[in-house]
Amino acid sequence: MLSALLFCVGSFGFLARRNAIAMLMSIELMLNAVNLAIVAFGAFVPALQNRASIIALTVMAVAAAEATVGLAIVIAIYRNRRTPLVDEYASMRE
Amino acid sequence: MSLPDRIPILGWVWEDLLFLTFAGVMLGAALLVVIGRNIIRSGLWMILSFGALAGLYVLLGTPLVAAAQVLVYIGAISVLILFAIMLTQSKEGPSRLVFHHQAWAGALAAVALALLLALTVLGTEWPQADGQLRPSPSADIARLLFGEYLLAFEVVSVLLLAAVIGGVFLAKREDLPDPGEAAIEQVRLGSSPGGPTGYTSGGIGPSEADAARPSGGIGSTGAATTPGALGPSVGMSGRGDAP
Repeated sequence: MLSALLFCVGSFGFLARRNAIAMLMSIELMLNAVNLAIVAFGAFVPALQNRASIIALTVMAVAAAEATVGLAIVIAIYRNRRTPLVDEYASMRE
Repeated sequence: MSLPDRIPILGWVWEDLLFLTFAGVMLGAALLVVIGRNIIRSGLWMILSFGALAGLYVLLGTPLVAAAQVLVYIGAISVLILFAIMLTQSKEGPSRLVFHHQAWAGALAAVALALLLALTVLGTEWPQADGQLRPSPSADIARLLFGEYLLAFEVVSVLLLAAVIGGVFLAKREDLPDPGEAAIEQVRLGSSPGGPTGYTSGGIGPSEADAARPSGGIGSTGAATTPGALGPSVGMSGRGDAP
């Protein structure tokens, strides 16, 4: 019941693909959904209990690192391109 | 005065009501993040969604994770994202075409994924929980983290260090002329044509210096913001895990 709910959040977050920063935000939402799944499993399976917290904390730290680097990349691209919209980044392919 | 055990009209336990409230708030805020037009509002809704999720963590009996959620997500990542939004906001305001051309395909994929997940979740035999949520004490978590999972902890700290350095390196502008120098240069260029008419150049020059200086200053704030906003989260994961 809980899992279905939160994976829906993840898939809704998956839907946003416009502004590069909005994409990063939806990535954060998806990571949060997975984190909630982990914690929920940990709460309902006694053998996993404390380990789930550790896994969730690790995921959080990794998400922080990912957000930092991602936003730095967005800012660097913005400085060159003057737009945060991803569909105008196509010329990067060349 | 104490609350009654069950909610008077509905007959639910309080935890159920809290769970439903938090879940609803989280889902609604997440939806608004995704479909909202104004990106700053999306960022603010994201904060609300993270807050509701922290409440869910408390309900699940993991207060340490909830505290980390508040510190890392609401404190650090949201500030980081809001700063990035403000730095990349163009003057023309948000563009009219918010979604991609293939947004409908993305929506279709999301709905299909949701259906698939629902089928899977409904089709699986879940081990029935005994309904008794035991809170996980943070002392046990710390013992486990610094005993069995010490290597993972160290790897994560190295990863965070690498992220800080990478963020500084990426957000730094290369071979930038010094902002103050650029402003002076601009002033000199702007005022030299008006050299003969003495007082107009004197009137224009300072105002152009004022206009030029913030633009230089914003760029350098971008480089300085990223590590500064991450700082709390790095310090948290070092300190918050060790009660």
